[in-house]
Amino acid sequence: MVTLPFEKHMCELKVKIDELKELSIDQNIDLENEIRQMEIKLYNMQKKSYANLTAWDKVSIARRVERPTALDYINKIFDCFVELHGDRYYGDDSAIVAGIALFNDIPVTVIAQQKGNNTKENIKRNFGMPSPEGYRKALRLMKQAEKFKRPVICLIDTPGAYCGLGAEERGQGEAIARNLMSMSTLKTPIISIVIGEGGSGGALAMAVADEVWMLEHAIYSILSPEGFASILYKDVSLAKEAAISMKITAQDLIEFGVIDRIIKEPLGGADTNVDEMAVSIKRNLEEAIGRLICEPIESLLTKRYYKFRKIGKVVEEI
Amino acid sequence: MFEFKRIFQKSKYIEVKNLGNDGDKKPNIPSGMWVKCRTCGKIIYIKDLENSIMTCENCRTHFRIGSKDRLYYTLDEGTFIEYDEFMISDNPIDFEGYTDKLEIIRNKTLLNEAVLTGEGKINGQDTIIAVMDSNFMMGSMGSVVGEKITRAIEKATDNKKPIIIFTASGGARMQEGIFSLMQMAKTSAAIARHNERGCLYITVLTDPTTGGVTASFAMLGDIILSEPNALIGFAGKRVIEQTLKQQLPEGFQRAEFLLQKGFIDKIVDRKVMKDTLSEILKIHS
Repeated sequence: MVTLPFEKHMCELKVKIDELKELSIDQNIDLENEIRQMEIKLYNMQKKSYANLTAWDKVSIARRVERPTALDYINKIFDCFVELHGDRYYGDDSAIVAGIALFNDIPVTVIAQQKGNNTKENIKRNFGMPSPEGYRKALRLMKQAEKFKRPVICLIDTPGAYCGLGAEERGQGEAIARNLMSMSTLKTPIISIVIGEGGSGGALAMAVADEVWMLEHAIYSILSPEGFASILYKDVSLAKEAAISMKITAQDLIEFGVIDRIIKEPLGGADTNVDEMAVSIKRNLEEAIGRLICEPIESLLTKRYYKFRKIGKVVEEI
Repeated sequence: MFEFKRIFQKSKYIEVKNLGNDGDKKPNIPSGMWVKCRTCGKIIYIKDLENSIMTCENCRTHFRIGSKDRLYYTLDEGTFIEYDEFMISDNPIDFEGYTDKLEIIRNKTLLNEAVLTGEGKINGQDTIIAVMDSNFMMGSMGSVVGEKITRAIEKATDNKKPIIIFTASGGARMQEGIFSLMQMAKTSAAIARHNERGCLYITVLTDPTTGGVTASFAMLGDIILSEPNALIGFAGKRVIEQTLKQQLPEGFQRAEFLLQKGFIDKIVDRKVMKDTLSEILKIHS
């Protein structure tokens, strides 16, 4: 596991604790008091640093290869997940995993952007960067969910929509635009959760939802901090500074009213305890799905429209 | 051509300025009386260029034009009523230098933002219209562009009127961060409602139309027209080249390429744009 800069001291302390534990067993010395004190110290250090992460720390956490991906959650949150493939026009995009499942006996449609847990998997998943056929598969299954009156749950985790020759030829822009338009009037509840990276239009194409949530250390942005730095500062090495000024953390975005809810992560990030994270997401979904499926569709759609309608800051001079 | 060159050499006070090439087609009206088309090299008398609606008679190159000129060429004279004329940008993510930059650009371009919206008539037919302007921060979409376009669409929806949007944009306005991204959802949702009321939406893609504008309202027209050779795409050419580590084919992301791939309905010369729009409106009236 790669240690991030802010985790260095904590890692060193953890190594010391492990050494002491080993020592106490090997030499049969009672070090329980010392170990406990150090553990308390570690806990306090973790609590403090994870509450004060910089935007760049969060970028690093959201991108780390150990971070749980959509499939890590899907099987823990839903029952009988049946994956469905293909857009019916061109192909199947493995950067998007989608299918039907039961959520506490309620049928739902799950659509997720899928990164890999290692390089090999990442190549298969195209690093979670969907192609037009991925967005079209997502839309096909959303329309299917509408037909069968199933709520849609989208898990967002992408650096952005794929930028390639084929993606352009097959209309990446059109595919994203079509999703934005169709999701805004889809006659079934939609909940989108940013679990890692929410990269630009590629993320938004699955996030025109009744409720948009983010995990505590997830990010959601107009562009990668590297791209932003290279465009506005003409220097890609200023990505850290860009991350801060872009305001991309869950905490920034809830203040702006762009997202509705932050789901707390286990101490040390979602990867330290996937089960706990999944349970937490599930509890939040239980409350929201129960509420949204009771809401009349017309009122749901009106609220969804105004949720996005009101975003933007302008000055009107008279 | 030879004749022109001789004239040019003799009369030193006649200024010839280059105008337009593949990368830079800003329609800077030169102070001189002659301009040179960078695509074919033809020297054009400025009045002729204006008479040909800023297109080169020789090679069909369409120079970029501003939103006010576009309205002048598209609507019946004196019929334009502007909406939200005085709406200007705030600085939603407190991005350093953005407020000052806007002020400078407003003064330089004499525009309040990167889009003009309003209503007018095309050969006597009512329409709501929005025209983007690449002279204002490359036509990028921030809160103001999103809000003005959304209001124009809503007005069209409420009054069951058609809307025509001329796009010209480098994409989302980076300086407004996530607020810019959300304008894509906002405008597309407004188009969805307009669509559900059975109203006509025409987009005219002009050079350049890329990024967040392509990935939202630009690609959602019932009918999508484009000017010849306009650059239209989602990702920037350089980004794709870096991703693929290879050169892109000739004509990639040009209007003709998109027509061939099935993403636009028709390429229309600027000279016949008004009449084409008029015919489409007539068929839907």
